[in-house]
Amino acid sequence: MLKKIIFFNLLFSTFITQISKSAESGGMPQLNPEFWISQIFWLIISFGVLFIVLSKFILPKIRDNIELRKSEILDNIETAEKQKTEAENTLKNYDELIRKSKNEAKNYFNDARKKIIEDIEKKKQTLDKEINIEISKAEAEVAELVKKAPEKIQKIAIETSSDLIRQLIGEEVNNSSISAIVDDLYKKNKGRYYGN
Amino acid sequence: MAANPMTQFEVYRIGPEIKINQIDISFTNASLFMIISALSILLIFNLGSSKKNIIPTKIQLLAELSYSFISKMISDTAGNKGKPYFNLIFSLFMFVLFCNMFGMLPYSFTVTSHIIVTFFLAALIFIGVTVIGFIKHGFGYLKLFVPSGVPLVLLPLIVVIEIISYLSRPISLSVRLFANMMAGHTMMKVFGSFVISLGIVGGWLPLSFSVALTGLEILVAFLQAYVFAILTCIYLNDALNLHH
Repeated sequence: MLKKIIFFNLLFSTFITQISKSAESGGMPQLNPEFWISQIFWLIISFGVLFIVLSKFILPKIRDNIELRKSEILDNIETAEKQKTEAENTLKNYDELIRKSKNEAKNYFNDARKKIIEDIEKKKQTLDKEINIEISKAEAEVAELVKKAPEKIQKIAIETSSDLIRQLIGEEVNNSSISAIVDDLYKKNKGRYYGN
Repeated sequence: MAANPMTQFEVYRIGPEIKINQIDISFTNASLFMIISALSILLIFNLGSSKKNIIPTKIQLLAELSYSFISKMISDTAGNKGKPYFNLIFSLFMFVLFCNMFGMLPYSFTVTSHIIVTFFLAALIFIGVTVIGFIKHGFGYLKLFVPSGVPLVLLPLIVVIEIISYLSRPISLSVRLFANMMAGHTMMKVFGSFVISLGIVGGWLPLSFSVALTGLEILVAFLQAYVFAILTCIYLNDALNLHH
């Protein structure tokens, strides 16, 4: 340190004497003690006022500001994190809800399908039954008709034959003899007309 | 030859002569710039602290960045124990910085280029630190002059050196600031006068030097304020945490 001071002194003394050769006063105005007291006095006043006002009024405000900001930022981060977890929970719930409703919809669909299939089956069965009944009724009718047909045919044949004979020979013929003939013919040709 | 480069450091009376008991405390150009510096600091930091925005305005940002800059400097050098002295170190740094910076304006006066001002500040710090040291550690503070792990033979010599280095602290602190300011401003003045004397033909070289020096001097103005503040912190650290 002392070395430094000596160095500076040497440096400046040579520097200054070289520069201020032509100056009237010469030397450094800093070393003129005329205004030393005045400088110290005004330094105390200005620095004192500066120090007091800064430390009493201004610096606490800046400190408060910085701390307020810090705490506010921390608070904001906290609430943001809280809201994030809340949002995540809501999303989870939402997903669960969607999954559940999807399953439910599937169940509904399956149930409806089953019901419809059952319904169709039942209706088909009843329809089948009805159709069968109708068919059997119709069959019975047909069978009766088949049974009755020869008799009618015989009767028609007898009547037609007697009419024909009467027209041809103009004479009444005994019905019984015609029926005998028709019967005989019918018995002969039975297999030809109603063969099963 | 151009004007004497030392005339810029002359102190002259502004207004009437004020005397209290034969002591001259007249208002001078030095006083004027001290008060201008102090008031500008107060104005800027008052503007910077009056609004409480979460997103700071530019001037608020300036105030808060300065605050955290000094705060970090203190906690880095003196630790948590240095916190009560924050206000003083902040004021010191800002005062020295603004005085240095106002000195950069043409036709202004550099308060810190006067040894009496810097020495008074340094003496204030020295006395304050010594008092704090004795309050915190009592006579144990004298252990500062006895480093541990020194051979017994060398001890008297070391103690003498330590005492001298301790006592020279205010001198080194004040001379560093004063000499830097004075040298820089003298150099600028000298180069400025070279510009005038060499005229339009040869004046460009010293002019470019002068421009470069202006940048350098602004850097030095900041750096010296920083050095002044950080050395205060280091001295304070010695007083608060006795390491030897």
